[in-house]
Amino acid sequence: MKRRLVVGVAAGVALALGLSACGGGTSSSNNQGGSSGNANAPAFNAAVGKVFNPSDKKGGTMKFAISSDWDSTDPGDTYYGLSWNLVRLYTRALTMFKVVPGTGSQELVGDLAEGLGESSNGGKTWTYKLRQGLKFEDGTPITAKDVEYAVSRSLEKGTLVNGPFYFNDFLDLKGYKGPYSSKGQDNPAIDTPDDHTIVFKLKKAYGSFDYFAMLPSTAPVPQGKDTGVKYKEHPVSSGPYMFQSYSAGKAFTLVRNPNWDQATDPNRKALPDQYDVTIGANADDIDNQLIAGSYQVDLAGTGVQPAALSRVLGDPNLKARADNPGSARLWYTAINPEVAPLNNIECRKAVMFAADKTLYQQAYGGPLAGGEIASNLLPPIIPGHQKLSVYPPGQDNKGDVAAAKDALQKCGQPSGFSTNLSYRAERPKEKATAEALQQSLGRVGIKLTLKAFPTGDYLALYAGKPSYANGNKLGLMVYGWAADWNDGFGFLSQIIDSRTIRASGGNSNLSVHVPEVDKMIDQAVAETDADKRNQQWSAIDKRVMEEAVVLPGVWAKSVTLRGTQATNVFVNEAFGQYDYMAMGLQ
Amino acid sequence: MLTFIIRRLIGAVLTLLVVSMITFGIFYLIPRWAGGSAESLATRYVGRTANPEQVQAAVKALGLDQPIYLQYWNWVKSIFAGADFNTGTSIEHCPAPCLGYSFIGRNPVWPDLLDRLPVTTSLAFGAAIIWLISGVAIGVLSALRRGSFFDRAAMGVALGGVSLPIFWTGIICLVIFSYGLGWTAPGGAYTPIEQNPGLWAYDLILPWITLALLFSAAYARLTRAGMLETMGEDFIRTARAKGLEEHTVVTRHGLRAALTPIVTIFGLDVGLLLGGAILTESTFSLPGLGKYAIDGIVANDMPKVMGVTLLAAFFVVIANLIVDLLYAVIDPRVRLG
Repeated sequence: MKRRLVVGVAAGVALALGLSACGGGTSSSNNQGGSSGNANAPAFNAAVGKVFNPSDKKGGTMKFAISSDWDSTDPGDTYYGLSWNLVRLYTRALTMFKVVPGTGSQELVGDLAEGLGESSNGGKTWTYKLRQGLKFEDGTPITAKDVEYAVSRSLEKGTLVNGPFYFNDFLDLKGYKGPYSSKGQDNPAIDTPDDHTIVFKLKKAYGSFDYFAMLPSTAPVPQGKDTGVKYKEHPVSSGPYMFQSYSAGKAFTLVRNPNWDQATDPNRKALPDQYDVTIGANADDIDNQLIAGSYQVDLAGTGVQPAALSRVLGDPNLKARADNPGSARLWYTAINPEVAPLNNIECRKAVMFAADKTLYQQAYGGPLAGGEIASNLLPPIIPGHQKLSVYPPGQDNKGDVAAAKDALQKCGQPSGFSTNLSYRAERPKEKATAEALQQSLGRVGIKLTLKAFPTGDYLALYAGKPSYANGNKLGLMVYGWAADWNDGFGFLSQIIDSRTIRASGGNSNLSVHVPEVDKMIDQAVAETDADKRNQQWSAIDKRVMEEAVVLPGVWAKSVTLRGTQATNVFVNEAFGQYDYMAMGLQ
Repeated sequence: MLTFIIRRLIGAVLTLLVVSMITFGIFYLIPRWAGGSAESLATRYVGRTANPEQVQAAVKALGLDQPIYLQYWNWVKSIFAGADFNTGTSIEHCPAPCLGYSFIGRNPVWPDLLDRLPVTTSLAFGAAIIWLISGVAIGVLSALRRGSFFDRAAMGVALGGVSLPIFWTGIICLVIFSYGLGWTAPGGAYTPIEQNPGLWAYDLILPWITLALLFSAAYARLTRAGMLETMGEDFIRTARAKGLEEHTVVTRHGLRAALTPIVTIFGLDVGLLLGGAILTESTFSLPGLGKYAIDGIVANDMPKVMGVTLLAAFFVVIANLIVDLLYAVIDPRVRLG
């Protein structure tokens, strides 16, 4: 009797598991795995480099979801790529990336401003002219003073803690701290000669200021309506949509802004009538609802969860709804030249030669969900990117053991050496990377002791704190970095400039202190010609690679799903995600 | 009776105090012992590329440089007297009981807790009623039909229900019943009861059943064991001999005696559940206290964690008090005090 019961329960569980496998397939009914010729037929990667399902149809409620909250909906207080993508629905910055698929989105165009900025004074002064007829959601006109106030309040890092530092670092502030700390004072670095002109004055020349003008910090904020930390609950809209409701950490709804004039905005189509954003939903459930059609987009933009990945890639109907965008993110391992014997460049070269990059790629999820094996720093999506071959790990990327052993001879460690490798404990992919490196470097006698550290303190206390990293002999440090925007400066500035390294910790630059590189950075920063500048950044990439202080791993890619009812879907390469502003509904 | 209640309430306050001190201590002391400082603690609450001045500003704003007992005292004070908070453009006063402002996002904690409480109470009470009724009913029937196929099957299914992890059963149930068959609401759907009671129940029926599956197993087994023991007692034989109907014997005489351990467990379970059904809320994307707790823990957001911990402890303490009071009602032999 007992045996029959056990068999019965086992059969029941097996049945449930079987049911789950075919659970979601019944609802994705309207997909044929069509050919790539027709822009409306679903196909794998149909939204990369081109627009899938183009449409001008207005109406409907767009449903977005995300599993973990981002820093803030306040345009002056946010640093997430997905937020910079989404914020264009309810704010307009001075400039914006062109809203097109493919490399066209590398180009900046005027949003609030009529066009790009005019530089003078050798690139130290930048002037923008605002369009006519711009209004906030309450009908009051948008003036240059509102843009000045927005930038000034974003300087207040004691209150608005999350946003980027570029204006703090580059504007000639002369001690001005912002409208909260320097109450009543005028911002000496920003002038507004009339309602439609704004002038920025910098401490040092910066050739690509238009990227700063793209930052959401330049989205206008009316001073009378600024509520500081609480502003995120209802940012005053300058875009086609405005906040109808907001519940912190749970959800918010955007509805049409009646005072947005399409005639002033050639960049936005504003197709849906409403946006419902759900925050904190279960990540696997988001994937299931994406497949079933109740959500249109996973805002995180980092791809489906591992549970859904095999389903998506295995089912031809689902794969036809998937895309594989790359983004401006590099997963890499820093090689610390302050820890012996890695102070000798030949020992560092040995690490570069011996590493098996195919295992590195596997650790991050393979060629589709992980990314492309990286040969240098600048990801392919960054203009000026070139595929270099500095200390290559063999033709098959599995490591060049002979070259590694040769390098070990040259650095006086013919039988290898021992050192420590650090990684972030809560990241299973970094753990897998650590183990992969332990395995592949072990082939030439380089013995790694793996050390896990908590993510929250990784930069503040451990890998990013020179006294700890050097004192505890962290020779290799697993890390990753994404660009603030797609150009050399936006990607490299914080990870290879030795002048950003602070003894107190919190550094993102873990291993690069090359004075020649710093000089090259200063040159590139001041260069106003875009092509010349991109070439200079590529040269900087090469020089850092030659120093053998960075082992590039993978240029990140993700497998994302298109919603069943979404139109105008395309990957905006500026964000490496679907363009959340351009989509409409069937 | 009254003195009993007053004594228990004083004990409750002391318990809450101790719980809050322990939570505070864990949050602040352990990083210190691991070699951290106020600055390293503050780096979690600032943006991606903070410079030392900004970290210092955060240390001051969050009061992390003060001695721990002073920070604790300020927090306790704020519960009774409220606290002031600088939003940048103005000073905001949060009235008592002000449980502080979250370190991430600087939202006041108490309104967030109140906002999420209805979700958790809806989930907890709905599931509690289902598992109590189903668990006890199955337990009673199993006890009466001991050894039968029903008994074996029920206990087997109960075992399965308590063994399967809820984050798996939840997702599977959603895939089958919500997205596959379309019978139940999708994950994340929640309508407040005052808006539409029918929709409220429809949105929650799947989380209720899934959560109840977890608990009713224990209740079924407990009831069965208690019933088996009680039904063998002499007074049951006497009741039958007096000519009472069988269902009266079972419920009024048998079940009532077996109910005491069930009431104890029920009180504890509901009390703990009100503190946040973390796994269920995460699985079904319900924005309740459990989800709030997880968000706070993952982000190292101490005020959120303190707020939920205190509220959860409060519920457990009150639930225990109610359970003890119910003993006197159920079992006349028990005298309070």
